[in-house]
Amino acid sequence: MVAVLTRLFGVHNLALAEDVVQDAFCRALEVWQYRGLPDNPAAWLMAAAKHRALDVLRRDRTARRFAPELSQRLESEWTLVPTLEERFTAHAISDDLLRMMFSCCHPGLKEEAQVMLVLHLLCGFSVAEVAGAFVATHAAVEKRLTRSKKVLAASKELFDVTRADELAARLPAVHRALYLLFNEGYHGASAQVAVRAELCREALRLLELLREHPVGRTPATFALSALLSLHAARLPARLDAEGELHSLFEQDRSRWDQRLIAEGWSLLEQAAGGPELTDYHLEAAIAWFHAKAPSIEATEWSNIVKVYDRLLELRPSPVVALNRAIALAQAEGPEQGLEAIRAIEGRERLDHYPFYAAALGELELRAGRSELAAGHFQEAMTLARNPSERRFFEQRIGACSV
Amino acid sequence: MPEFLYIYRGTQRPSDPQEGQQILQKWMSWLEGLAKQGKLKDRGQPLEPTGKVVNGRAKTVTDGPYAEAKDLVGGFSLVEARDLDEAVELSKGCPALERGGTVEVRPLMKI
Repeated sequence: MVAVLTRLFGVHNLALAEDVVQDAFCRALEVWQYRGLPDNPAAWLMAAAKHRALDVLRRDRTARRFAPELSQRLESEWTLVPTLEERFTAHAISDDLLRMMFSCCHPGLKEEAQVMLVLHLLCGFSVAEVAGAFVATHAAVEKRLTRSKKVLAASKELFDVTRADELAARLPAVHRALYLLFNEGYHGASAQVAVRAELCREALRLLELLREHPVGRTPATFALSALLSLHAARLPARLDAEGELHSLFEQDRSRWDQRLIAEGWSLLEQAAGGPELTDYHLEAAIAWFHAKAPSIEATEWSNIVKVYDRLLELRPSPVVALNRAIALAQAEGPEQGLEAIRAIEGRERLDHYPFYAAALGELELRAGRSELAAGHFQEAMTLARNPSERRFFEQRIGACSV
Repeated sequence: MPEFLYIYRGTQRPSDPQEGQQILQKWMSWLEGLAKQGKLKDRGQPLEPTGKVVNGRAKTVTDGPYAEAKDLVGGFSLVEARDLDEAVELSKGCPALERGGTVEVRPLMKI
């Protein structure tokens, strides 16, 4: 909704668009308090926002400068309502969302700030939720968002989706933002829940939108879509009915979403349509090896290690190296895995990552050193970020004393 | 059964959507509860905080109502109860009270 209104008001009036949405929302809540929820709250909210927009446009027409591209049509009472109606059609909305996506990924902003904006403006995250996603304080995020919005507001026009060269330049930032958004849902640092499927769905939805646009249809977009679809396929098995977290090793594979796996594969095939090889391609390939394996034992671990090697060349990171070590342990045994972990460059950066300690625990356990293993799981426990993680590590500590 | 009008005052707007959703939940479950007991005659409506006031014989029209926030009527509902005591008891679950508001319970005049 903010995207649609920003299109109407112009990006320099971003704050106004946000206010209008917030106001429409609060009014709706107040009416629903008494009357109960309508059958289709989303449509109702859209209508409410439209009415508020019309009010603002009529009232402030002379005082404010609205979207320069639309201003002529907004100035005449004859074309005002039809223009407004047009902006609120499904097609125009997806168009506006795309514009907004690219606007958020402004080159004047740091990557992290861009993702924060996407979460806040496109996915409707509150400041507190953005803070949760970035493990930052409320005040810091608020300050950051305010500053970012000022940068956006300073740009004269809302990003023009037809300028292919600028779009292409911003595409990697858009990918990164969607990747992080999905990740936040998949293993979020949220205090209560370990998996937030709605964030994953948002990321997939925005990617679908991106694939529909000529400039967005790049191999990297398809690779990222494949990766996220394959991961999303495993979501139903990741968390059981009691809210317990299950690692890949103990997931009930019959609960994997076969439709998403098939879609992931088809997207991966389309991603291979050029010479471009991104880290999304490689990560999607790894996800595909997992998705097609009937069991942990039947997984092609040595192939997975090879893909991880390529990935490390492209994007060296201690987390990637840790995952490679886990795959290596599957292929060659726990001692090899432990050795690989000890050899990780920048290992100290993993010190606060609970699954680093957990990986050490798992491998020590498999190597038969259960006391050492229990110590590592204890440490993972102290680093756990939500109750599901804590219970998961508790259960692993239990496994050490069997 | 006797009918009573609940007049809600001092129902402040929520400061953000999260808070709004919580308040919505509370109101819905409270009114739902009254309806289930067969006590709710009309769910009522919220009122805009602005309007006009027409005064006396001269019928002068002023902007208003400029009551203090805590005295401003925010909405109303119509309930049915055995007597005033029961109507008062039922009103104690109103979420407006938790946020510093008041509920005025007024019997509808019957002859």
